[in-house]
Amino acid sequence: MNREQVETNLPILPPPKEKVTFFQWLKDNLFSSWYNTLFTIALSILLFSIIKGTLTWIFIDADWSIVTSNFKILMSGQYPAVQLWRVWLCIVLLASLLGFSSGIWNGTITHLSIFLGSLLFISGILPFVSLETRIWTFIGLAILIVGHFIGKKIPIKKTILIGWFLLFPIAIFFINGFGVLPKVGTNLWGGFLLTILLATVAIVCSFPIGVLLALGRRSKLPTIKYFCIFYIEFIRGIPLITILFVSSIMLPLFLGQGVELNNILRAMIGLTLFNAAYLAENVRGGLQAIPRGQYEASHALGLSSPLMTCFIILPQALRSVIPAMVGQFIAIFKDTTLVTIIGIIDILGMAKNVAQNPQFLGQQMEVFLFVAVVFFLFCYALSYTSRRIEKSLGVGER
Amino acid sequence: MNTTTPFWRDKRIKPILLQLLFVIIIGIAMFYFINNALTGLKRMGLSLSYSFLNSTASFDISGDKLIEYSATDKYSRAILVGFLNTLRVAILGIIFATIIGVILGIARLSNNWLARNTSKVFVEIFRNTPLLVQMIIWYSAVFLTLPLIGDNYNFANAIFLSNRGIAIPWFKPIDITWIWLSFIVLGIIGAVFTWKWKIKQQVETGKRKYPSIWVFGTLLLSIIFPFVVTQSGPFTLSIPEINPNGRSFVGGFVISPSFGAVLLALVMYTSAFIAEIVRSGIMGVNKGQVEAAQSLGLKSSTMLRLVIFPQAYRIMIPPMTSQYLNLTKNSSLAVAVGYPELVSVGNTILNQSGRAIQMITIMIICYLTFSLITSLLMNIFNKYTQLVER
Repeated sequence: MNREQVETNLPILPPPKEKVTFFQWLKDNLFSSWYNTLFTIALSILLFSIIKGTLTWIFIDADWSIVTSNFKILMSGQYPAVQLWRVWLCIVLLASLLGFSSGIWNGTITHLSIFLGSLLFISGILPFVSLETRIWTFIGLAILIVGHFIGKKIPIKKTILIGWFLLFPIAIFFINGFGVLPKVGTNLWGGFLLTILLATVAIVCSFPIGVLLALGRRSKLPTIKYFCIFYIEFIRGIPLITILFVSSIMLPLFLGQGVELNNILRAMIGLTLFNAAYLAENVRGGLQAIPRGQYEASHALGLSSPLMTCFIILPQALRSVIPAMVGQFIAIFKDTTLVTIIGIIDILGMAKNVAQNPQFLGQQMEVFLFVAVVFFLFCYALSYTSRRIEKSLGVGER
Repeated sequence: MNTTTPFWRDKRIKPILLQLLFVIIIGIAMFYFINNALTGLKRMGLSLSYSFLNSTASFDISGDKLIEYSATDKYSRAILVGFLNTLRVAILGIIFATIIGVILGIARLSNNWLARNTSKVFVEIFRNTPLLVQMIIWYSAVFLTLPLIGDNYNFANAIFLSNRGIAIPWFKPIDITWIWLSFIVLGIIGAVFTWKWKIKQQVETGKRKYPSIWVFGTLLLSIIFPFVVTQSGPFTLSIPEINPNGRSFVGGFVISPSFGAVLLALVMYTSAFIAEIVRSGIMGVNKGQVEAAQSLGLKSSTMLRLVIFPQAYRIMIPPMTSQYLNLTKNSSLAVAVGYPELVSVGNTILNQSGRAIQMITIMIICYLTFSLITSLLMNIFNKYTQLVER
């Protein structure tokens, strides 16, 4: 009786708020015990000397002239300067699509467009770029921002989706020209432009092959199944560089005399065949995660196997493996640097070439570090995206 | 009604027809490619035989060689040199990458803010830059920019840093080394048994029997005993010196720039991935297990060793296996910095003799063998750690 009264009289309090002062935080996170304290002090001394050394090197000792005076060829290689507007047009197109999409969907894609926006902004204000570059970057930035706000007002989802699907063919058309515009053959593609194109071609072209291989591996027909298993395991068992050697040395032999392919196309074929095997394993993971009930339900509805695969199974399977596929994209993006070994001048190959120029003797560190930073920015942005998608799909939490 | 299904829709015949179609398409494609290749080879006057492996290589392999090799040796021996070099960098790489990766992975879960974030930054930097770029940075921007051998950096005249490589003191076996080794092996076996025996006693009696002190004692005994018997140390120390001709080191252990660059790049790159695997493995252990262990009053080190790790292994092993395989395959990038491993040697032979198909087949067989052996070992380990269900 008495007890109940006490209970009703008291107001219900929320749990006490922990006041974390700065010193409390320090104590909890850095100096919680004697060995933690020792460790913190030792690590901070080490880190301080490393960071101090790095910063003095970057701002005082390093001579960045190798990067600033070769910026154009590092980025776009031998691509003719008069035709560069075509590349810029593709970037502006990408910026507009990203801007619209970020306005419409307003999620992870916004972070990506912020990334592209800041990249454009930073390359626009770099002191050593040409006036043309500056103008194009700011056009891209403006369209990105305008697109974002228009997208918020008018959600034209279908148009934008179609735009994304058409982006790749349009970009290839503009960059190559195919005779409609003055043709810029693949032999003139180079630098970071080539790196991006190699990675995109590899991922786009290997996607259908990978899906077919994954479906084939789960097929009930033994010949198809074992053929797919053999292909996937064979490719996954050997290093990419041997596949690139095969494609650059042996492909002409296999195709006979009639077909002429240049070095870059051969590397693209090699990268595609390689990536397809890895993509197939990712897709297979998604296929295995689909509950049996989905198959049974579509059979009960009377769907034939191809219809079931296209409309019931694949959409669910592919959706759940998006993070893994972004991871695969990062991997192939990094692996495109291997084409340097078979003599193709991508950004790394270009960096190696300019480092050998006697004018820039002893500046290898600067130029290779620049290449590393470029790759880091893109890969980090992509892996950040993939983590966010993973969270929003709830794949990790299941 | 007389509806007969056409025979190609028959459930028994359809799969056979489909497979037949598939085999025919693949067969035609294969025939086309192989036929082209054979005519191409005939035109160039090359054959598909492997007899060229017995002819003289007539190229020298500079730098790292684990076995004797000179330009007058056969191609097959050159390939063996490359194979052993790949094996060396892969095995050392796997060992170091695992050690560093596990430390980084545990540091990422540490309650020390600084350790957690240092590890995170390290992992992000090394994971998100291409391995080849890292390798070339280590090689041409770090190892090759070290001073000439004449004016090297040296520490106490024992460790030398120069652009000809890094020379460190190394153990040199003497004739009583085997006595020491056998005693130490015996000591380790003895220590394992002592550990098991003492743990068993502790479990049975419920009293502390100090198993770790016993193990330490056993190991100490296995070191003191051979010292008393042989009256000397197990090794002599070989300290590097600069060759009088001033172009190389004598004695010690010399890490060549290309080997150093390849190993360092592989270890850093792979350990970043391993750190993530270790982290997700530890985080994948059910939270209730940790709470139960804490409520039983286990120390955090005991909890980590007896409760968390045995369960985390199970999650970690499959991705770990693929990282080890990746490391082995990635060692082929060493061709870019001139470390004479399998692909580098193979590529030289291929360019010299024109036997592209044979050389690439040999390389593929070697790598497939590595892959198979690694997955076999990891599968055995996996079976051993798997959950024993009732």
